[in-house]
Amino acid sequence: MTGGEGISFEGITVAYRGTVVLSDFSLQIQRGEIMALIGPSGSGKTTALRAVAGFVRPTSGRVRIGETDVTDLPPYARGIGMVVQNYALFPHMKIEDNVAFGLRAQKTETGLIADRVKECLRLVGMAAYVGRFPRELSGGQQQRVAIARALAVQPRVLLLDEPLSALDAQIRRSMVEELAKLHRDLPNLTVLYVTHDQTEALTLADRIAIMKDGRLCSFGPSHGLYSRPPNRFTAEFLGRANLLPVRIEGPAEVGLVRVRFGDVGLTVPAHPTLAAGAECLLCIRPHDLRLAEPHHGNRLGAAVTHVQWQGDHHVLTLDCAGTVLRLVSAPLREPPAQGAPFDLGFAQVDATLIAHE
Amino acid sequence: MSEAALARPLAAAGGRLWILPPLLVLTGLFFYPLSLIATQALTGDGTTVSLDHFAAVFRSGLFLGALWHTAWIAVAASAGCLMLGFAIALVLSFVPFPGAKEIARFIDTFIALPTFLAALAFTFIYGSAGVVNGALVELFGFETPPVDFLYSPWGVILAEITVYTPFVLRPLMAAFSLIEASQIEVASSLGARAPRIVRQIILPAAMPALLAGGSLCLLLTVNEFGIVLFIGAKGVITLPLLVYDKAIQEFDYTAACVIAVINVALSLSLYLVYRAVIARVGGRNAGVV
Repeated sequence: MTGGEGISFEGITVAYRGTVVLSDFSLQIQRGEIMALIGPSGSGKTTALRAVAGFVRPTSGRVRIGETDVTDLPPYARGIGMVVQNYALFPHMKIEDNVAFGLRAQKTETGLIADRVKECLRLVGMAAYVGRFPRELSGGQQQRVAIARALAVQPRVLLLDEPLSALDAQIRRSMVEELAKLHRDLPNLTVLYVTHDQTEALTLADRIAIMKDGRLCSFGPSHGLYSRPPNRFTAEFLGRANLLPVRIEGPAEVGLVRVRFGDVGLTVPAHPTLAAGAECLLCIRPHDLRLAEPHHGNRLGAAVTHVQWQGDHHVLTLDCAGTVLRLVSAPLREPPAQGAPFDLGFAQVDATLIAHE
Repeated sequence: MSEAALARPLAAAGGRLWILPPLLVLTGLFFYPLSLIATQALTGDGTTVSLDHFAAVFRSGLFLGALWHTAWIAVAASAGCLMLGFAIALVLSFVPFPGAKEIARFIDTFIALPTFLAALAFTFIYGSAGVVNGALVELFGFETPPVDFLYSPWGVILAEITVYTPFVLRPLMAAFSLIEASQIEVASSLGARAPRIVRQIILPAAMPALLAGGSLCLLLTVNEFGIVLFIGAKGVITLPLLVYDKAIQEFDYTAACVIAVINVALSLSLYLVYRAVIARVGGRNAGVV
């Protein structure tokens, strides 16, 4: 029902009154892909989305949707669908008129509009609400209608700008699942998803681009970016990694190197550019740290500084030779006491070396 | 009975007493003179209460002409205020340009100016010996001033539009500031061009402010005296001007009082409509609270 096309950012720079908010930004989003653009506030992610929508004009660079250079096109001629954080439903229009708005604006044949409105509302589970006004719906329902309205015009790409940020945690979780289902139903739909919520990004996106200070910090397949972060910012922003300062001693087995953390030797996967003698960081995810078991080749001695129970898991804060580490585990029957020694272990495959920036 | 329990009715009684001073002032300055006018209108120079004077006024062609002029000038001026105010508010609110805020504040100051000032300025610009006619006569050698609309109802309407447009502009800009920019952006992304966005998104959102501003303009223009008198448009007599003519020039106080009572009734009716509109559409949405 929706024919998608890719999006290309080609060296986009955006400046407001001399202040650069997006700098030389290049990124390719494939047809049918969900690309999450994440980063802290002011990192330029929304500016990038607005450049695709046509609401900001790049100082330099080009934006393409499919083969079309849309840089100089007005927003109404770009063929996009857009969903924003506050839903932006038209309050004086009933739900059916909200969804039909874009179709009427694009002068769709009158006979087709009603069918299309029904189809899109059915897709988001809101077919029973056609005659209501937005104020009569909950936040989650309004956001579903906003999605239906964006899909109704059969957009070339769908732009989602923090679409779930205004919803409470429970509804947000269910909406993430619904968005995932929606994309399964519309596999050709290209989605640019701007969020500051890493969980939404990891759950939904095929690939993730991480922004920092108006620049692209890293991008790649979601799983790869999470499990093998290419830099410190990515490791810390996407999943709050533990970072140990280490020095590479030399090669171990094939594909592995020996590193030293204080007086402890560890064996971890090699880094493509870091050689023996390099000072770098060892990234281990909190859930990859364990109470050391006999098969663990990599062991670290630590002391428990804080234990926090969060219902379905425990978070242990540990002091490991002056470095603070976090360990996430399934609920512990007998959690360790504060100050108790704790032998940590982790698998070689779960560690990643990161160059110092 | 406890002290606290006693204090409550005393405070209530004290609260009621506070109404007296403003009530006395209002009675002296407003209700009493108004009652004198109403009495004069109903009794004339005699003592018998009758509606004969009203009947006589309603039969008068001069009164009916004044009523007609008052109504159509007020409606035309209010419509002009709405159109001009809407256009200016649109530009100031949605077309970003340096100095937009300053211009809005400058237009706001018009509210503080006396109404005859516009008429005086128009006389200097469009009057027989004004800047425009002077320039046209000098340039093209006309024998008589070619621009003479000022001394017609259109001159009055134009002056009233100039003076009263800020009364529409202010609530409109307040209403526009409440429209989420994201609604306009989303509408645009869905394929809507500017005219459709104005018609289908901005106009409905501004309707309460338009209704409130329009009602206020209508109320003010019905009672406008200074502009009509100052311009002295040929054959343009409105109700306030007719009251002035009857009382000051013809010394017919009874007719003046009858027309004044009718004018007050008309104004109060319009005021009630204005309040009803505000109550219905919500003062906050109308930007007038």
